[in-house]
Amino acid sequence: MKLKEIKEILEADLICGENYLDVEIECAGGSDLMSDVLAFGQPGLLLLTGLSNIQTVRTADIIGANAVIYVRGKKPDSNGIELAGQKNIPLLSTKFMMYKACGLLYNHGLAGVERTIKT
Amino acid sequence: MICQGNGFIKKFNVQGRNFSHAGIVSTKIKEILEEIGIAPAIIRRAAIASYEAEMNIVMYADHAEVILCLSLSAINITFKDKGQGINNIELAMQEGYSTATDEMREMGFGAGLGLPNIKRNADKLDISSSPGKGTTLDVTFYLNGKK
Repeated sequence: MKLKEIKEILEADLICGENYLDVEIECAGGSDLMSDVLAFGQPGLLLLTGLSNIQTVRTADIIGANAVIYVRGKKPDSNGIELAGQKNIPLLSTKFMMYKACGLLYNHGLAGVERTIKT
Repeated sequence: MICQGNGFIKKFNVQGRNFSHAGIVSTKIKEILEEIGIAPAIIRRAAIASYEAEMNIVMYADHAEVILCLSLSAINITFKDKGQGINNIELAMQEGYSTATDEMREMGFGAGLGLPNIKRNADKLDISSSPGKGTTLDVTFYLNGKK
């Protein structure tokens, strides 16, 4: 699924990265916990998060995420946006809350991170 | 350390408790490894381990020296901090064990996954710590596809 389709489904605003709307997104994951994203994320991930500090952009860069979507209408500050520009990571913001945003994307066929947690 | 006196060495400093700068050194290390042309899968593991270690320094230490050392066979990164140290390394290696403060958790960290995630991503991890003095992590990634 292309990022621009995701933008439409989530009625999201583009914060930065208009040149990357045709990027293909193969899987997504939602978390406010960057520790979890570092542990379970995978390259090419679409990261949905309710956290909006600069560490969300750094974490996305470190794991090789393709884009970040902030839920609940959140947006990072100017430092986060600047870093995303340097690292070529598109940022979007949706008014939907985490559960609904993830549910909408899953309903449209976007898979989650494929990883089984040992219990 | 694997490449004493041999290969590429670069040193960085990390300031403890400076959350706005947390991750800058790991980002630089990732950029260096990309410029050199290391395999993306190895870069990713090194970047994740480095970022976790850097966040631990920012959260728990006063300051640290980070030494990136590249040889033909391996990437070695040493994180030597001055800080509170780790009282029980075995406990700290367990997923979910954490002594993080609310401030750390608000940043999205401190879930007790850091050290286990470093171990998972590294080919070799050595930890030594003196409570009240500091901690040294020595992390190695082999370039010949051992992992």
